[in-house]
Amino acid sequence: MHPEHNSGKYIFGFWVYLMTDLIMFAALFAAFAALRISTFGGPTMKEIFDLPQIMIETLILLMSSFTCGLAMLAVFRGKKKLSFLWFGVTFILGLAFLILELSEFRHLINDGQSWTRSAFLSSYFALVGTHGLHIAVGLLWILVGLYQIKTRGLTPFISSKLVRFSLFWHFLDIVWIFIFTFVYLMGVAT
Amino acid sequence: MPGRYKKYKLSEHKLTCVSLITATVALALVLLIGKSNVALLNPKGWVAWQESKLIVQSVLIMLIVVIPTFAAAFFISRKYRQSNVKAAYTPEAVNSRTTQIVLWAIPSVIVAVLIFKMWNGAHELDPFRPLHAQEQPMTIQVVALQWKWLFIYPDLNIATVNFVQIPESTPINFELTSDAPMNSFWIPSLGGQMYAMPGMATKLQLIADTTGDFAGSAAEINGKGFAGMKFMARSSSRGDFNTWVQSVQNSSSTLTWPDYENLAKPSENIQPAAYASVQGDLFAQVMTKYMPEHTHQ
Amino acid sequence: MRELIFGKLTFDALPHEWFTEGGTFFMTLTGLALVIYLTYTKRWKWLWQTWMTSTDPKRVGIMYMVVASAMFFRGALDAAIIWLHQSLSSGSNPGIMNADHFQQIFTAHGDIMVFFVTMGFLFGLLNYIVPLQIGARDLAFPFLNTAGFWLYAAGAMLINLFFVLGGDFAATGWLAQAPLSELQYSPGVGVDYWIWSLQVSGLGTLLGGINFLVTILKMRAPGMTLMRMPMFVWTSLCSMVLVISIFPILTITITLLWLDRYFGMHFFTTGFGGNPMLYTNLIWSWGHPEVYVLVLPAFGIYSEVVATFSQKRLAGYGSLVGGAIGVTAFSVLVWLHHFFTMGANADVNAFFGMMTMIIAIPTGVQVFNWLATMYRGRIRFTTPMKWFLGFVSTFTFGGMAGLLLASPAADFQLHNSLFLVAHFHTMIIGGALFGIFAGITYWFPKVTGIKLNERLGTYAFWCWIVGFFTAFVPLYILGLMGATRRLDHYDTATGWQKLFITSGVGLLIIALGTAIQVIQIVVSIRARNKNRDETGDPWNGRTLEWATSSPPPHYNFAVIPKVEDRDAFWVMKQKGLTKPKRYEDITLPKNTASGIYLSICAFLVGFAFVWHINWLAIAGIIGGIAVVIIRSFDEETEYVIPAAEIKRQEERHAPRT
Repeated sequence: MHPEHNSGKYIFGFWVYLMTDLIMFAALFAAFAALRISTFGGPTMKEIFDLPQIMIETLILLMSSFTCGLAMLAVFRGKKKLSFLWFGVTFILGLAFLILELSEFRHLINDGQSWTRSAFLSSYFALVGTHGLHIAVGLLWILVGLYQIKTRGLTPFISSKLVRFSLFWHFLDIVWIFIFTFVYLMGVAT
Repeated sequence: MPGRYKKYKLSEHKLTCVSLITATVALALVLLIGKSNVALLNPKGWVAWQESKLIVQSVLIMLIVVIPTFAAAFFISRKYRQSNVKAAYTPEAVNSRTTQIVLWAIPSVIVAVLIFKMWNGAHELDPFRPLHAQEQPMTIQVVALQWKWLFIYPDLNIATVNFVQIPESTPINFELTSDAPMNSFWIPSLGGQMYAMPGMATKLQLIADTTGDFAGSAAEINGKGFAGMKFMARSSSRGDFNTWVQSVQNSSSTLTWPDYENLAKPSENIQPAAYASVQGDLFAQVMTKYMPEHTHQ
Repeated sequence: MRELIFGKLTFDALPHEWFTEGGTFFMTLTGLALVIYLTYTKRWKWLWQTWMTSTDPKRVGIMYMVVASAMFFRGALDAAIIWLHQSLSSGSNPGIMNADHFQQIFTAHGDIMVFFVTMGFLFGLLNYIVPLQIGARDLAFPFLNTAGFWLYAAGAMLINLFFVLGGDFAATGWLAQAPLSELQYSPGVGVDYWIWSLQVSGLGTLLGGINFLVTILKMRAPGMTLMRMPMFVWTSLCSMVLVISIFPILTITITLLWLDRYFGMHFFTTGFGGNPMLYTNLIWSWGHPEVYVLVLPAFGIYSEVVATFSQKRLAGYGSLVGGAIGVTAFSVLVWLHHFFTMGANADVNAFFGMMTMIIAIPTGVQVFNWLATMYRGRIRFTTPMKWFLGFVSTFTFGGMAGLLLASPAADFQLHNSLFLVAHFHTMIIGGALFGIFAGITYWFPKVTGIKLNERLGTYAFWCWIVGFFTAFVPLYILGLMGATRRLDHYDTATGWQKLFITSGVGLLIIALGTAIQVIQIVVSIRARNKNRDETGDPWNGRTLEWATSSPPPHYNFAVIPKVEDRDAFWVMKQKGLTKPKRYEDITLPKNTASGIYLSICAFLVGFAFVWHINWLAIAGIIGGIAVVIIRSFDEETEYVIPAAEIKRQEERHAPRT
């Protein structure tokens, strides 16, 4: 078994992992769907969602997915510096997204609308927070990836890891589209 | 190759042993059960009766397949044992398509029959569905507490704890809620159970066809007082029931909200009690404890 | 300050009941004895290098079996205590313990038997057998595999930890039903121990599921198409598909319960809009398929055993595969039958009842096909075959009970009764556990090169089957009498006591059977010269695991076999086995301790969250992340065995042809 043979198995395995992660999100979505109207006298979705800011967050994350794609193109062409640059941009965009999301959370908590207020808020924080946690893990992964590109270059070993990272990042993007649609847009619409 | 294995033969002697053991076991079971009440097969109300009928009939239908399967397993094992060299041996045979179709068809047909019976049963015996009888139905509200059952008779404005009396042949509409962890309300002699849950009201329609005392219990684990959370359901004639209601109403105790909150505190193995009157719509009040309006918790 | 360092852990929490002190004493003593033995015989290095850090699935498999066996004795002890208490605790007799302790014990019994015994045995068998049967040398992700095992082991330690460090265990039933498991009703640390032992071991199971799925789909020997895979591989594949579909649900459900308890969220609380019914739905949408995760591989074992010992091709291979896939697909559509009594409307109940009943069809077809395989075979009644017949008799019985429970109107009466308890014990013991026993006996010569003593195996079998019916038929009857499950006390007037005692006698007979099984293994190994199998193929087997020596070399196969048909090894034998002409270098994964480090971190995080020791939790999380990152830098994870070395080993070990 040589590494070339292995990479297929790693990518496939990573897809399987992503599917399990998707099921985790599905369970969180189910909980959210069941509890979204259980505000228990607390704020409703309409009252707390700041759609413009969410739009900005969404655009930033979509952009980071795009730059991640550019970085991967550079990886496939063996352009080390370019890939380094685009991964760096992806990191900054991801960090910006996370900071915006945390500021949104802090705002809610300062207004006395934390997860202890109602079942709806619990499910909201858990669902969006889990996505945020994934983003944080992704950011850590980019940092490690950047270090690996710098020290080892775009070897098949490193590239294979970067492919998996890009799958992870695009996956988080897709999950966010679902959150944006089913939590924020539909929340404000009802 | 085959010579390396010890021959295994099911002798007549072993068969006799097996039959003897089976007989002993059956006898032992009869002795063990003795005079105890096998409540599920000894129904005392229409609902329980239908449910037991469903159980027994389903078992009989399944036996149509199960008994031949057991017989086949036994005879195939016996006939094609290694030591029986006279039996046919087709090491490379794989079943034909026809055989496979038959093997799929047999359980499919039986399961289809079972599904038909199940579907009807589920609808006919839906616990929310009102029962039809000569007598007017009576509503009894039930609150599961830690660890006792509170029964409220809204039309008679009386309440009891760990004891419920009902007139025979009268459909009883139990409305259930809980002011404690989830619970399950069960009177096996009268019919199946239903969950009692905080902030929600479920329904269970039961009827007693005869008079008698029937054991009732909490069937879902709910903390350390679980086993002691049982009650007596007494079915009596209409006259006896009215007399009992009179005697309860003649006592002086009233169930007010503070009394209720006192009662709701965890306590175990509570003796039956009765209240001559109930203040306000207690059942609705208990439900609202879990609603948003009730925020002063 | 003290709270900052130790969280809720105080001296008062340390064990002070007779049964926890007994546990503490026993566990400390066993641990100490082990340490002394290992030091005295200078085996620490051996243990670390040959076993603990090994990435060889055969060794990981054996470690799974060892942990599962140890946990089996813990679970069996719980069962004995439950029986003793229930047999005594009638009328004025309070039994041997209070309600709270009793509830902790049956909760632990259920969790241990499902998560740590049955799952442990299954992953053990999968680890050992699946790579051999598909003609592979290794799993797809050897590191994930050892990490999965050590997470499982960490979970097993967490579930027993309160014996040593105090506190208590959940007293909520094995699935910690909300809202009983919420802080309001279970303020102790018991539920937290439950949460973290399941969370940590569940993560290990999930990793295992991904690993085996990829291994089976990507690592098969050339020529082994999907429809040429042995049935055990097929059912393992189905089981692993279920694992990766449902364990994420378990992870999330437990996490949400923990968020409620730790951060004051309101998913399943009674107040603030929480919805306990949501918990019931989520936990059972994991819980029911889990049963099939346990039973499906056992079905595969029966298929192997029946074909081998009937000395005949498996009948209806296509039907068996279709049946396994059918069971897998339908099993995720039936969870609501666990709570017909929660007041859903009749159509919903009937729909889920129908889905449940439909599963009986593929299951029945499997049984019929095994019988069809025996038909016109030459059946050798070895112990595995006896376990199979025992399975047919118990599983059919339990299946009938299951079909009754699938009918909502019947379930209203049978739900939460001892009838239900008897039903699922019939399915898990008769279905999964008998299959595991059949598998262990069947593959023991492969693993050790020694055949197990047939006579003792037969005695053990009869003890189990007689004990099983003696223990559980009374429970079916008790259920019909209206006895609810989990009772710590009941009235004398019910007349239940005689039946509880009879049930206990059954347990004693089962215990005797287990003792004989232990003796069987000891006796067989002591008489190893007599029982040794030199051929590597003691049963005239049909699948590839028998094509290599027993025990197999580290690399499984010197030359990867070419598969030309189903029953690959049988076909090879028909054509005549040949010696390979030349050998090639073999690449295998190196040992790694990263899995152990990762699981130590997970253990610490779990422990820290149980006792609210936040600094330790953070340290554990950082440690775990560090282990993963450091591991990601390691490119030299494999080593090469040169062809000459293979040739040398093969000529010494493989005596065949």
